[in-house]
Amino acid sequence: MREPRWLDDEQAGRHVRPYAITGGRTRHSRHHFTLITLVVSRFTHESEQDHLEPEAMAILALCRERAVAVAEIAGTLDLPVSVVKVLCGDLLNAELIIVQAPPALTEQPSVDLIERVMDGIRQL
Amino acid sequence: MVSVSSEPLLPTALKILIAGGFGVGKTTMVGSVSEVAPLETEERITTASVGVDDLAGIEKKSSTTVAMDFGRITISPELVLYLFGTPGQDRFWFMWDDLSTGALGAVVLADTRRLDASFASIDFFESRDIPFAVGVNCFDGRREATAEQVRQALDLDPSTPVVLCDVRERQSSKTVLLAVLEAARAQAEARLAASGQL
Repeated sequence: MREPRWLDDEQAGRHVRPYAITGGRTRHSRHHFTLITLVVSRFTHESEQDHLEPEAMAILALCRERAVAVAEIAGTLDLPVSVVKVLCGDLLNAELIIVQAPPALTEQPSVDLIERVMDGIRQL
Repeated sequence: MVSVSSEPLLPTALKILIAGGFGVGKTTMVGSVSEVAPLETEERITTASVGVDDLAGIEKKSSTTVAMDFGRITISPELVLYLFGTPGQDRFWFMWDDLSTGALGAVVLADTRRLDASFASIDFFESRDIPFAVGVNCFDGRREATAEQVRQALDLDPSTPVVLCDVRERQSSKTVLLAVLEAARAQAEARLAASGQL
């Protein structure tokens, strides 16, 4: 029997084309995510989700401890933002995650909100 | 029946952009205030008919990958601020709507030796009414120009803050962020005053 010729992670780079992970989709049909939409896993334990792509599993694992922004998921898992959005849309459909969209664009930031951020920055 | 929600309350996420020319210190600034090491995120964007000659009505579409780095500051359990350093060389980041819309405000980092590299960002934020402050990054403590000279050279509105800074220093980067937030607060107060006059 021939041994499979695996490359190790560093040599291999990204073997799977990003949109193969999403079944060719570049955007999700139902859900809209922004770069700073926060995602948290609904379940704190590793549930049996054999049907999920490894990348979707990785998102669930990453978002188990705290809410993580879409951009942060993409940066940590080294995936394009649009791929993360599609996968998160699927996870939301499957009710495996909870999401928090940023304040709506029509809703301008209040003086109070801005001052709370200023206080936080001063205390860094 | 009593329904008990076990779902955690998620914080609200906000963002501030850090723009400016290539090599002006955007990544350094993200790193000096972020609680995590700066991460890089990329996205493919479609650049329809950007900078191409008109070929008799043929719609030219191409796509380009835009990468930017970002950091995170947890303000409180309810508020998380993300900092996005825009790609320096790439003029196409302006087309990445998801990056630019909904920002609390922006920093335009400038280098006095290459002030022209900040024009595009300034025009962009002015045209979109996004509050911003100009941070003049003084490497090695060199102060080759005063804030007032930079203001004149960039033809800035008197209300736009200009801060001399060294973004390698956390305290200095904080001053720049606070200047942005002051501009944002002034805009929010002006909006309140305007609505009160109706």
